[in-house]
Amino acid sequence: MEMFRSTKDGGASVWLSAGEATLLRSLVIPVLDLLGEPGEPARARASAGDDLERLFAEAGEAAEGGEADESAEAPRIPDDPVLARLLPDAYQDDPASAGEFRKYTESSLREAKKYFAQTLLDTLPPSGGRVRLTGDQARDWLRTLNDVRLMFGVRLEVTEDFEEQLAGLSPEDPKVAAFEVYGWLGAVQESLVRALAR
Amino acid sequence: MSVAPAEVERPRSADETVPDKPWVTIVWNDPVNLMSYVTYVFEHVFGYPRKKAEKLMLDVHHKGKAVVAVGSREAMEHNVEVLHGYGLWATVRHDK
Repeated sequence: MEMFRSTKDGGASVWLSAGEATLLRSLVIPVLDLLGEPGEPARARASAGDDLERLFAEAGEAAEGGEADESAEAPRIPDDPVLARLLPDAYQDDPASAGEFRKYTESSLREAKKYFAQTLLDTLPPSGGRVRLTGDQARDWLRTLNDVRLMFGVRLEVTEDFEEQLAGLSPEDPKVAAFEVYGWLGAVQESLVRALAR
Repeated sequence: MSVAPAEVERPRSADETVPDKPWVTIVWNDPVNLMSYVTYVFEHVFGYPRKKAEKLMLDVHHKGKAVVAVGSREAMEHNVEVLHGYGLWATVRHDK
């Protein structure tokens, strides 16, 4: 993949292959689905046969189950571990304050993250090619890429020694593909940070 | 004639509670977040000079967490909203 380059107007530009664009799209859609309103059924996903899709399909189902019982009382952290990481508590050891904060801010945080993900999908040509982003769009890509990596991180239980984790897997393990995609996403995000952090 | 502020004259003992103790924003380490990304957020979103942004990032990385801002509860909660938008895990604490 070509590295992101900074552009004169404070944005970034990159060329993505058709395969990379398809892959990126397929990773952002599950995040968008997960962030959907509590109780809203997750949208239908493409190709159920794919291991990666199956891995994240579980996330969508868990999210649906966990969100349905939001009461009028201060809301709790989501049951789904990926959502819990995307929408974490703002207070430790203080459920009352955490609940109050969540009551007033969770829905706007969900909307913001959905907006960032939608921006990426809207600016990503379906068959790849040259992508030119304004500064704002580039920052939305950055935040979405981070949310996608957080999703992988939770699902794969990534640690600081992710290289060792990958090396320890047997070659036929379906998680190898997921770890490799996670590594690729890290390189994409790193490249975008460098382009923006002039 | 001006009157000196009460705080200056009031004696303080070691265990007296100081009013208006500030609140802090804490950022927690996470194995997913790139060091360059965390530094970028501290520098370009919080406006810290690069060296301070790097130092805070390294504190988070090596110590597990770091205080990245001090101030009113409302300001600290706003910081946390912004940080959560960037995918960093942050919490608010009343400084002790």
